[in-house]
Amino acid sequence: MCLALTFAALPSARAVNPDEMLSDTALEARARVLSGELRCLVCRNQSIDDSNADLARDLRLLVRNRLRAGDSDQEVKSFIVARYGNFVLLKPPLQWNTALLWTGPLLFFLLAAFGAFRLVSSRAAAGPAQSPPPLSADEQSQLEKLLGEKASQ
Amino acid sequence: MTALVGQFALLLAIVFASTQAALPFLPIRRTDPALSGYVDSAALAQFTFVAIAFACLTYAFVTSDFSLAVVAANSHTAKPLLYKISGVWGNHEGSMLLWVLILSLFGASVAIFGQDIPDRLRARALSVHAMIGVAFLVFIVATSNPFETLPNPPENGAGLNPILQDPGLAIHPPFLYLGYVGFSMAFSFSVAALLEGRVDASWARWVRPWVLAAWCFLTIGIALGSAWAYYTLGWGGWWFWDPVENASLMPWLSGTALLHSALVVERRNALASWTILLGILTFSLSLVGTFLVRSGVLTSVHAFAEDPARGAYILLMVTCSTGGALLLYAARASKLQPGPAFGAVSRESGLILNNVLLTTALFTVLLGTFYPLAIDLIGGDKISVGRPYYARTFIPVVTPLLLFMAVGPMLKWKRDALRTAIARLNKAAVVAGLVCALVLMLSFGREFIAAFFLAVAAWVVVSSLLALAQRVRLGSAPLETSLRLLATTPRAYYGLVLAHAGVGLLVAGVAGMSTWATERVGVLRVGQSFELSGYTLMLKAIDEVQGPNYQAERAKFEVSRKGRLVTRLQSERRFYPVREQQTTAAGIHTNFISNLYVAIGEPDDAGGWAVRFYYHPFMPWVWIGALVMAFGGLASLSDRRLRVGAMQRAQRISIAVAGE
Repeated sequence: MCLALTFAALPSARAVNPDEMLSDTALEARARVLSGELRCLVCRNQSIDDSNADLARDLRLLVRNRLRAGDSDQEVKSFIVARYGNFVLLKPPLQWNTALLWTGPLLFFLLAAFGAFRLVSSRAAAGPAQSPPPLSADEQSQLEKLLGEKASQ
Repeated sequence: MTALVGQFALLLAIVFASTQAALPFLPIRRTDPALSGYVDSAALAQFTFVAIAFACLTYAFVTSDFSLAVVAANSHTAKPLLYKISGVWGNHEGSMLLWVLILSLFGASVAIFGQDIPDRLRARALSVHAMIGVAFLVFIVATSNPFETLPNPPENGAGLNPILQDPGLAIHPPFLYLGYVGFSMAFSFSVAALLEGRVDASWARWVRPWVLAAWCFLTIGIALGSAWAYYTLGWGGWWFWDPVENASLMPWLSGTALLHSALVVERRNALASWTILLGILTFSLSLVGTFLVRSGVLTSVHAFAEDPARGAYILLMVTCSTGGALLLYAARASKLQPGPAFGAVSRESGLILNNVLLTTALFTVLLGTFYPLAIDLIGGDKISVGRPYYARTFIPVVTPLLLFMAVGPMLKWKRDALRTAIARLNKAAVVAGLVCALVLMLSFGREFIAAFFLAVAAWVVVSSLLALAQRVRLGSAPLETSLRLLATTPRAYYGLVLAHAGVGLLVAGVAGMSTWATERVGVLRVGQSFELSGYTLMLKAIDEVQGPNYQAERAKFEVSRKGRLVTRLQSERRFYPVREQQTTAAGIHTNFISNLYVAIGEPDDAGGWAVRFYYHPFMPWVWIGALVMAFGGLASLSDRRLRVGAMQRAQRISIAVAGE
């Protein structure tokens, strides 16, 4: 229910506000990149950089505070993950329970490619394209009749 | 009264759909022409009654009949007429009714335009189609009845979510559903073919127009949705890899694969079994999409309808229809003929590679969409899968697809040599190389990713034009011959050229946009200005305006470049009192190569306003590309060979002539 209310208030002004921005442009640029990789916890698949939810604003300020305190990008991420869990990362970390997520596309491709390879090689082995079986006497006379009709028009 | 008529019409639709579903399976004379005649009429009746129900609901919305619960919850007398009408499908109940309306529209279209399809196959397909219809109609009446009445109607309604009050979103759901639901025809025909135990070139010819039509609508629907997000959300986001967007992308990818594999069945009578499977899969993905959106299983902005009971019913429906169809497939697929032989290098093999890559792309999106759910269900962890994941998985799958989609159309059916096929593409390679070099030069060697993808885009566009040029023997034959060949080239071929070129444009748009988009966020007072990428943005005035059902602050801007006025833009911050919600209307200027985008934000205490200004180069190409693709599909649809009923008419004419 609480979530539904957050959505309802969604699109007014968006994203990072002028009053949040750091005066140090290098630091601000890092903050923007980091914000793009962190998920706004109450929104759909949006980063905190894109969202205007209050929580996203809080996180943006948090990121900037950590950066100002001298944290590296990785330290900032670890700090936020420690607080909010992996859910906050738009790029899921590679660990035992996400192994399939990261390798799945490749495994599927290998499987599909193997299937396609077998299909193509079986078809290629079936020899050069055969000509269709000859017409039966019945079909032949039917064809002649049709052609005759056309010629007489 | 309106509610009563609507309700009754829905019940009648269920009756007709049930008989339409059951009759072809009763142990009666299945070859009786009266049987298929009845099924056709039932399909028309089903559509008619669903249309009456839909008309009743629309009437209730237009006349603000708040005795209907769904109208009271989603409409308001002060709403403009357009949004009263689009409000019909701006809520769960109404959108499900639209779903069924389109489903029965496709059924009725087959009954009317599909008279050249053999009676038995048509009756079977319409029967399977009606089963889906019954399932959804019962779902509507049992869990989401739009005709539920209120004992004490309120004075006025609660209004429609202001984000949805937009012309783009008014037409987005109908297009999306025409696509989604249109794939039901592929499903019905696939199941019918399995029941008949027979798939051949003519089957593919009967199914392809429906798949093609659905694909065109879905393409337009997705493009509309993305354009809507772009201008509504106030910062230019146009694709989020949101589960709800993925839900429409998955059937699109699968449908694209289906279009290509059905081509092999139609032309070469091969791949029949795989095509049937894709037909089942594509519609199942549409159902899964409906489940994702309608069940509220995923939290997202689109999930304005959340109700677990409904989710359970849809899940049951997905399981039964997909499971049933797959069981039937497992039992019957071995009966389908493997088809004639073809060489390892041939158009057939090319289309198989297309299918391998498209289904891998589809699987990637599927995995990214459902993995967080699965991991959450087993209680492992809560994770998010966002853009960075797809950038590392989806793009590597799609890139070879893009490279190869230039080669495919150059290959001959049955047997070809790779060397000669690639030799036909040397002009495209030269253009792609030039584009790559140009981008690297202009960016001083920095933007090699953009250079690569723009080269890929050029490769795709030029190669599809080359395919046409070679078909009409441009340059190798006298111009006269080429022109004559141009006129006799089937429209389906133009469809191929356009659709592939559209993909190239879209790729160029995405590549350019993700590389060169710039933004500036700042505070402006009236009369102040700032610069971005050579453009100067000046805030000219802030006015209070009164909209039909909102109040707004309208900011007027002037954009100039090197002292010359480029354009005047307006952006509004709207407040909708009925729902107490705020939205932003962005001001956008486009010259079809780049967009200038401005959105007004919050005021500060010192009389300044937060202003976001964006320069979005190549952005329009994303949607132009999508439209060109859809247009290609329509061109192909208008081809003589696919034109529904064309064969039938030709036959009738020849019979009439012979009779004279």
